[in-house]
Amino acid sequence: MNFEYTFHWRPVMRKLPDLLEASLVTLQVSVLSMIIGIVLGLVLALLRMNGPKPLAWIASAWVETARNTPALFQLFFFSFGLGAFGMHLTPYLIVLFGLTFNNAGYLAENFRGGFQAVPDTQLRAARSLGMSAWQSYTRIIIPQVFRIVYHPMTNQLVWAVLMSSLAMIVGFRELAGETQALAFKTFRIFEYFAVTALIYYAMVKIILGISRLIAWRMFRY
Amino acid sequence: MIEIKDLHKYFGDLHVLKGIDLNVQKGEVLSIIGASGSGKSTLLYCINGLEAIQKGEVLVDGVSVHAKDTDLNKLRTKMGMVFQQFNSFPHLTALENVALAPKIVKGKSKAEAKEIARAQLEHVGLGDKIDNYPSALSGGQQQRLAIARALAMEPEYMLFDEATSALDPELVGEVLDTMRLLAEEGMTMICVTHEMGFARDVSDRVAYFHQGIMEEIGPPKQIFGEPTSEHTAKFLANVR
Repeated sequence: MNFEYTFHWRPVMRKLPDLLEASLVTLQVSVLSMIIGIVLGLVLALLRMNGPKPLAWIASAWVETARNTPALFQLFFFSFGLGAFGMHLTPYLIVLFGLTFNNAGYLAENFRGGFQAVPDTQLRAARSLGMSAWQSYTRIIIPQVFRIVYHPMTNQLVWAVLMSSLAMIVGFRELAGETQALAFKTFRIFEYFAVTALIYYAMVKIILGISRLIAWRMFRY
Repeated sequence: MIEIKDLHKYFGDLHVLKGIDLNVQKGEVLSIIGASGSGKSTLLYCINGLEAIQKGEVLVDGVSVHAKDTDLNKLRTKMGMVFQQFNSFPHLTALENVALAPKIVKGKSKAEAKEIARAQLEHVGLGDKIDNYPSALSGGQQQRLAIARALAMEPEYMLFDEATSALDPELVGEVLDTMRLLAEEGMTMICVTHEMGFARDVSDRVAYFHQGIMEEIGPPKQIFGEPTSEHTAKFLANVR
């Protein structure tokens, strides 16, 4: 076998600041899609469980689609799909909407499991003290649900960070998109993607570390 | 006063309460005994509006519990409820468990709510467990916590739904002692219970429920000594 490739790391190292900056874009869009995804996921879960029929049906369709089709196709929907109807979103919005759609679907199922794990009698106890339904949910039920779904939620954030690399296909310059652009300019393709893989790895490790710290601070019981 | 008039309750086709008429006076301690499924617990849930009713009426101090325009959240602050399964809030400390409702339902200040909570925890003998989470409390302590939580709303009535049924036998005593203490302080109490000793010693009246009907009601001496219904007699013979 003829192995003549020589590694050139210097071009990558010169562009490292660009890569790190792009990784902040990755982080920003993932975290934002996660925050919106949590709110929407909560709403979807509640609608599926207690909502009026048509809304429950829409919520189910959302969850089913998000969980059972490729994430890439979900991104395509917000780019080419809406594009076909003359709606052209910016690459940033395409990625944000795509990730959020996916996150909300997965999180809704986590939340549903979480709600089912909190005994009904907790709600009765809260109501018997004169709390309104809203107070009972926000003060008693949802805090308990959050603890149950906390680790699955962390996993989803990690998944969102990794999934956001699909953004390069719709031309968004987050970490993967930036890497691709630079790599094809210099043809140090292997080197670029190797370094970027390490950056992803580090990001995920940092996220997991922080989430463990938060869990330790928050869940004292 | 709690007035129950011709109360009917169905779960689907199941007729759980078949026309209950009952008045409970201020300061009275009423124990409700009877086999499982006789409707005793359901009656408590109907009294504080956690269950809808299909016919009849429940009046608490003249206010109809199930009327559409009744502010149930406000009415419920008059009635504390203690459940079989403790239902302490696991994510809150003992103090927070008790202080939460006075703060968010009654609008007390944080400091006031804490003061009330501290006092009520002392009251039920949990003064040294203030910062513990429920997971660090025994069943008996959790149940006393639930009693303190209900008392913190300064209710005029206390409803006990088999408060000792889920406890290990050695922990039953401490909860019954707390209930006795409340009775001595003059609290109006309706206690669904399987503790015949408690029913006999503490209650002013005892009601026996049988298959959704209140078979008989009277002073404990009469119910336990010379029950008029053969169902009551049979039940008492079996639990002894």
